Amino acid sequence: MRTLRFLLQKEFRQIFRDPSILRIIFVMPVIQLLILPWAADYEIKDIKLAVVDLDRSEYSRQLVNKITASGYFKLTDYSASYPKSLKQVEKDEADLVLQIPGSFEKSLVKENESRLFMALNAINGVKANLGGAYLRTIIQDYNREVRTEWIQFPRLSSETSIEVTSSNWFNPMMNYKYFMVPGILVILLTMIGTNLASINIVREKEIGTIEQINVTPIQKHIFIIGKLIPFWIIGLVVLSIGLLIARLAYGIIPVGSFLTIYVFAALYLLAVLGLGLLISTFAFNQQQSMLISFFMMMIFILLGGLYTSIDSMPNWAKWITYFNPVSYFIEVMRMVVLKGSDLGDIKYHILKMAGFAVVLNGWAVFSYKKRS
Amino acid sequence: MKQFLAFVKKEFFHIWRDKRTMFILLGMPVVQIVIFGFALTNEVKNAKIAVLDASKDAASISLTAEIDASNYFDVVRTLTSYKEIDAAFRSGQVKMALVFPAHFNEDLQHFNKAQIQLIADASDPNVANTLSNYATAIIMDYQNRITHGRKLPHTIAAEIRMLYNPQLKGAFNFVPGVMAMVLLLVCTMMTAITIVKEKEMGTMEIMLVSPMKPMLIVMAKAVPYLVLSMVNITSILLLSVYVLEVPINGSLSLLVLESVLFTLVSLSLGLLISAGAGSQQTAMFISLIALFLPTVMLSGFMFPVENMPLPLRLVSNIVPAKWYYTIVKSVMIKGIGITAVWKETLILFGMMIFFLGLAIKKFKIRLA
Repeated sequence: MRTLRFLLQKEFRQIFRDPSILRIIFVMPVIQLLILPWAADYEIKDIKLAVVDLDRSEYSRQLVNKITASGYFKLTDYSASYPKSLKQVEKDEADLVLQIPGSFEKSLVKENESRLFMALNAINGVKANLGGAYLRTIIQDYNREVRTEWIQFPRLSSETSIEVTSSNWFNPMMNYKYFMVPGILVILLTMIGTNLASINIVREKEIGTIEQINVTPIQKHIFIIGKLIPFWIIGLVVLSIGLLIARLAYGIIPVGSFLTIYVFAALYLLAVLGLGLLISTFAFNQQQSMLISFFMMMIFILLGGLYTSIDSMPNWAKWITYFNPVSYFIEVMRMVVLKGSDLGDIKYHILKMAGFAVVLNGWAVFSYKKRS
Repeated sequence: MKQFLAFVKKEFFHIWRDKRTMFILLGMPVVQIVIFGFALTNEVKNAKIAVLDASKDAASISLTAEIDASNYFDVVRTLTSYKEIDAAFRSGQVKMALVFPAHFNEDLQHFNKAQIQLIADASDPNVANTLSNYATAIIMDYQNRITHGRKLPHTIAAEIRMLYNPQLKGAFNFVPGVMAMVLLLVCTMMTAITIVKEKEMGTMEIMLVSPMKPMLIVMAKAVPYLVLSMVNITSILLLSVYVLEVPINGSLSLLVLESVLFTLVSLSLGLLISAGAGSQQTAMFISLIALFLPTVMLSGFMFPVENMPLPLRLVSNIVPAKWYYTIVKSVMIKGIGITAVWKETLILFGMMIFFLGLAIKKFKIRLA
């Protein structure tokens, strides 16, 4: 116990005497957390619309008005030439071209049917899909108005209809920040934890100070625990700062209890720090360990479900996410913060995370060799 | 020149002899392309949903079966009371609940009007929105079918064409982004770290007392990474064309030239970081946290730049990856030439001059 205390003293001194690292640990996450959630907005709005109106009739104008009044579209170009509008798409000044044919009003009234043509920039498939769907809904609405205008007898009310009402629970305002902030906090915590831990032992190897430790009677597991505890405390402090920012800057107050968050975070930090230390015992120099931890982090973060839903991944990728601590923490954070899940709801997550922590740290102790 | 080549050779040995590092540097783009190409889609597929059916009649059962049969949904739970919905959401088992009121079929047959309620777990607003849209579309299809597809008067038909990416593949959006990310990381992070490493180990001093010009020593460090990046660009392009089937519609030579330009920007940025950082740890954290996350979030390939608030849109202009991403998208996918991207090219060029100038100015010949 006494040895451990001295080791801890040494580690803390090492950390606190390097101001550049301290700045990075504490200032960077704050800045990132203040900036990044504003960027992470998937909501599709202000789709840039170019209209090619070859008809220039009452009806075509009505339709365009209705589309621009919906709030999803921004009219950026109104011309009479399709190739010209297509150029706008090439220059990214329009996302969607709606072409109204010359006989739009006439054929709608006289021939009972008319056609519209739209072309979408589909490089971003999701945006194109949603944009097209919005536009079609608006056109259908408009269609219904035209129909009621022309058919006096309300025969259409006999048309069978299923009314769909939808409600959105837990986040009725559909605020994307509520979703992103807890996730980004997890990522920052993970990056700081793993990187600090993964560099640490290897740094001692590179500078040569590890030899001094190796010749002392300090036991392997005490050494690893001594490395673990300081970063564990730093991680929890960073988490608290993050939660404070979430509250002050974004008004996010967890629906669930802080206890649940901290219990899980404590376990989680043990697991990722263990991973970092494990990498550290394997790597020969700092560069290598940074690259390895970066490489793993990248896979973990991308497959962690922060940006894209895990449910829609193919099976092999889902298998990877079972071994991905990041995805569990992101899920738990969102469950607790947004839905108020309690310890009972996340008991399997806790068990799995404890498993990760034990295996990774045990492995790190095992693979740290005092002999070179 | 001979001296310079000797230094370049030394740097190549450094990389070549560290097999693990080299393996990761060359393997990273491959893994990224595979993950982005196959695992990350913004589409929602096989979302788990629950059904609360209070009528259990022909209509509600066939509609449920239809929703279950679609690619978008998997009905995994049947609930019996309204209260269970909350619990199901809270344990994260389902993303949406479909609620049929009692007498669904009767209402539909006799009153021509029936109701369905969709309750989505909107903790992920994007998924919630998409799911509601898909479910509504399936229900509307069903409704059209039971009205026997009667042709209605005064119909406006809309024809949609998807430009550039008719199959709506996610890879079209991601490949240009991955190129930017890999190049930036390999060049910036690795050059910054190798230079700082020499400082930390003390070998920098040995090199600084050699007759080589100090700036050339540093330049020599950048050359191998330029070569490595070219290998990476090649492997990314080969993979995206032959594995992900993303075509190169524009001129290949223009694409390569622009990539070299972007690589040079990243290298000069790496030099600049190395001039400022005292230890490898600092260098890595600066390149990782100050570059990687902003590149992912602000370059436009994850989240559309036009959605961001004005201050962020302004900030995104100083992210080099944003310009490169626009260029690659235009040249590779839209197939347009230099006339359309000269502005972005000039901006990247300006950034390179700026970073390089600043790096040279900050570079210290004497150690502290």
